[in-house]
Amino acid sequence: MNAPRGRIFNLQRFSLHDGPGIRTTVFFKGCPLDCAWCHNPESRSPEVSGAAGREVSVDEVLSAAERDRPFYETSGGGVTFSGGEPLAQPEFLLACLLACRAEGLPTALDTCGFAPEGVLLAAAALSDVVLYDLKALDDRVHVQATGVSNVSILENLEALARSGASIWLRMPIVPTVNDGALDMVRAAALARDLPGVERVCLLPYHALGVDKALRLGQKPRFGPVASPSQETLDALAAPFREAGLAVQIGG
Amino acid sequence: MNKRTARLRRESLDAEPTLSEERALLVTDFCEEHEGKHSTPMMRALCFKDLCERKTVWIGEGELIVGERGPRPKAVPTYPELTCHSLEDLRILSTREKTRYLVPPSCTEAYEKRVIPYWRGRSMRERLFGQLPAEWHEAYDAGIFTEFMEQRAPGHTVLDGKIYTRGLRDFQEDIARSLSALDFAADPEAYDKREQLRAMDVACEAVVRYAERHAEAAEALANRESDPCRKAELLKIAEVCRWVPAHAPRDFHEALQAYWFCHLAVITELNGWDAFSPGHLDQHLLPFYRRGLEAGTLTEAAARELLEAFFVKFNNHPAPPKVGVTAAESGTYTDFANINLGGLLADGSDGANEVSHLLLEVIDEMHLLQPSSNVQISRKTSDAFLHHALQVIRKGYGFPSVFNADAVVEEQLRQGKSLEDARAGGCSGCVEVGAFGKEAYILTGYFNLPKVLELALHDGLDPRTGKQLGPHTGGAATLRTFDALFAAFATQLSHFMDVKIRGNLLVERMYALSMPAPFLSVLTDDCIRKGRDYNAGGARYNNTFIQFVGIGTLTDSLSALKQLVYDEGSVPLPDMLKALDSDFSGQDALRKELVDGTLKYGNDEDRADDLMVRAFDELIALVDGRPNGKGGCHRVEMLPTTCHVYFGSVTLATPDGRRAGAPLSEGISPVQGADRKGPTAVLLSAAKMDHIKTGGTLLNMKFSPSILEGEKGIAHLAALVRTYFKLDGHHVQFNVVNADTLREAQRHPEQHRDLIVRVAGYSDYFCDLSRALQDEIIARTEHGTTPGC
Repeated sequence: MNAPRGRIFNLQRFSLHDGPGIRTTVFFKGCPLDCAWCHNPESRSPEVSGAAGREVSVDEVLSAAERDRPFYETSGGGVTFSGGEPLAQPEFLLACLLACRAEGLPTALDTCGFAPEGVLLAAAALSDVVLYDLKALDDRVHVQATGVSNVSILENLEALARSGASIWLRMPIVPTVNDGALDMVRAAALARDLPGVERVCLLPYHALGVDKALRLGQKPRFGPVASPSQETLDALAAPFREAGLAVQIGG
Repeated sequence: MNKRTARLRRESLDAEPTLSEERALLVTDFCEEHEGKHSTPMMRALCFKDLCERKTVWIGEGELIVGERGPRPKAVPTYPELTCHSLEDLRILSTREKTRYLVPPSCTEAYEKRVIPYWRGRSMRERLFGQLPAEWHEAYDAGIFTEFMEQRAPGHTVLDGKIYTRGLRDFQEDIARSLSALDFAADPEAYDKREQLRAMDVACEAVVRYAERHAEAAEALANRESDPCRKAELLKIAEVCRWVPAHAPRDFHEALQAYWFCHLAVITELNGWDAFSPGHLDQHLLPFYRRGLEAGTLTEAAARELLEAFFVKFNNHPAPPKVGVTAAESGTYTDFANINLGGLLADGSDGANEVSHLLLEVIDEMHLLQPSSNVQISRKTSDAFLHHALQVIRKGYGFPSVFNADAVVEEQLRQGKSLEDARAGGCSGCVEVGAFGKEAYILTGYFNLPKVLELALHDGLDPRTGKQLGPHTGGAATLRTFDALFAAFATQLSHFMDVKIRGNLLVERMYALSMPAPFLSVLTDDCIRKGRDYNAGGARYNNTFIQFVGIGTLTDSLSALKQLVYDEGSVPLPDMLKALDSDFSGQDALRKELVDGTLKYGNDEDRADDLMVRAFDELIALVDGRPNGKGGCHRVEMLPTTCHVYFGSVTLATPDGRRAGAPLSEGISPVQGADRKGPTAVLLSAAKMDHIKTGGTLLNMKFSPSILEGEKGIAHLAALVRTYFKLDGHHVQFNVVNADTLREAQRHPEQHRDLIVRVAGYSDYFCDLSRALQDEIIARTEHGTTPGC
């Protein structure tokens, strides 16, 4: 059998910010977006070279994910497939998700949504929760900040919601880019009208990406700027709360 | 806390620990006058009674719970009959940089003229050292093991609920019954038993008299008191002291005071290790608390104030300072009295109650060095209680520590205790398991595991001193396989375990014969029924522990040897030995390979962890179940207190890349900095050891506060605890502080005097620790986590 292999750049245990409970997060390598503030610039390129990433089998991922099972059971945690963009390696991702399901390991998919709808829905059907990024509702801002249009991302979100998936909508809050009050009101209206949005996570920008980019010898495209304050975040959360949505600040 | 409590707390913090010669002089006078007149138990009891009748009675301004071991708060008595300080000891104690004890000229003079001349050659310490064989001394001097009873009497003992339903007068009736049942015709031990029982009766009388003296002092103060409120308080104190501990306490105040008199009596009679502990205080106080609230005679605020007054009392009692070589080493003021919260009731139901929560609040408000506290978490413990405890822990005081109540029960059942006794038991000292009020569970000394590997690598020779200490197990040329090396290690281990245990039996017998503890025997079942002393097997259960230190260093060393010398063959054993013996001089590349390139315990990596399990199983096979002299067994514990620093100082470089003299790993924690895969991996590695076969293991973890923020942080911490305990982990404690704070405290100790950190099994003021220990705590992995993307 020709088992698919995948390219990852990290397997993080005791991951507390990528879904419920204590998790192991598998960071896939390669991302179709080019977010100016990217926290994981080492994940951008799909290539694995030297210390930046490695090729692994599904079995390797599973046996690593399996180790912390007792903690998943106590905390409601599990395995998160993140990146980079996991949907960019669909065959490997689906094989991992299927294997997790067979082993009874709870899963989360963390995606930017920029992928063929069929791939997204197939992966979502095998995931217990989908962490779905919403980087900007204004397409001009989206293109400028990420390099791609959000049209297909929003269409995919609709389709995902209709498919019955449990969705955590995750919005990076990047000062001066997508942190306008109006942005929040529009996002809250969207989230309210979609079935299956269990919570909205506002992820405050932090300058870790700048540090990492410099260490990788890259020129950071954005920042560093100060992280948004707790008061700012509370204010930004208000429209979501008013729309009856559960809001979580931070991952 | 209210103003009065704040003042009492402040006074306790500010008082300087000072040596007091009062007890030493009273004991010396009594022993000199009465030498040879009485049987040994009666001699001890009468000497104790003399102390209770003559020692200074102290009632401080505004105090509610009364009684001090010394003539005033933090005035520390000495126990020359056990260990007689030399003038040099006194000089070091009063001049050393850390944990200093002031020694007034009157004390030095008393020692010079009276105490030392009488006790020279008579103290227990000198007699023990005189009796122990040369092989024992050589191993002891080399730092292979330590000996607890050369410094203090057997201890770590905890009281159960008996004093809350019965008074000393009731116990005296039991004693009388035992006395009248003695059959001098049929029982050749009847005389011994009679003397023992009479001694217990005298000890009860002594403590009742001691309490009465406090009643008299309180009345005298009341007569002179102009403030009507304080006058009423003093009269209440007098009433309480006339009633307890002679009779069963009738209210919350009397319950606390009854315990406190028992505590003082136990730590005045002898200086047993870890003082004395109230055990399941929340469970014992609950009936008094509920009854008081129902009857309207107690309020929550009044109960809180009494508990806080009670806590101040513990903090007023620094540990008695050690003698000999250890006097110069950084010690600790804490005396390890430990309060258990939560846990199980004897019927197996959840033991946490409203007093448990109240005590957590008191611990939080007071955050004093003493008493230590712990929470006992069972499957039945509510998340509400665990979360409350974690909220206190999150503040970074280093307490309460967290125990697995289900494992504590299972460990005791394995030792043959009844289910009810096991459930009513718990933990004391650092992590030690015992059946409260029914057991003598004696720690006998730390044991240096990496040192034994060092000897195995050198054919039984100590490379630090050039002395042949162990048996010849073969030099490098004969250690051709890893199994051959492990066999040599096991042989050395077995040899030194024999040396230690032979010493233990001798020491135990000497205490049984010449150092009875009649009052502690009254409080410990079944000493009265058996007519036998606590130190002579009178307790219902008797376990003897050896505490093993450095399993992390040992495992990583074995792992490095296996990987580089045997599996890969990249480093010949003679080259490795040369590097170790020269402390890696000119071998930076090899050392880097050892530190970074070999598999380490603490990363949930089976190839390393399996070696830990193999070594641990060897310990169990060599120690567990070997008889002691009291009808019980030897058992294994895995805890270091601060001994990993001392043991490190006598151990050369180790194959894990540790430099000569550096501290060993502590407890069952991974080597400082060797765990790289986060806390879940540490817990999974540690859980691979069969904790149930021990009498306690100690795992330290340090978190920066950021991880524990908010409800989510508490939930994550709770999940770590619950998971580790599901895997039979015995104990875990959390340091919540970041390394920068600690470095800052090193630079400016004066600004961080209140910084309490978890050392190993106990908490201490960071600034009181030696620089080496401070550095070691800073080096302990800070478990961070990176934000997700």
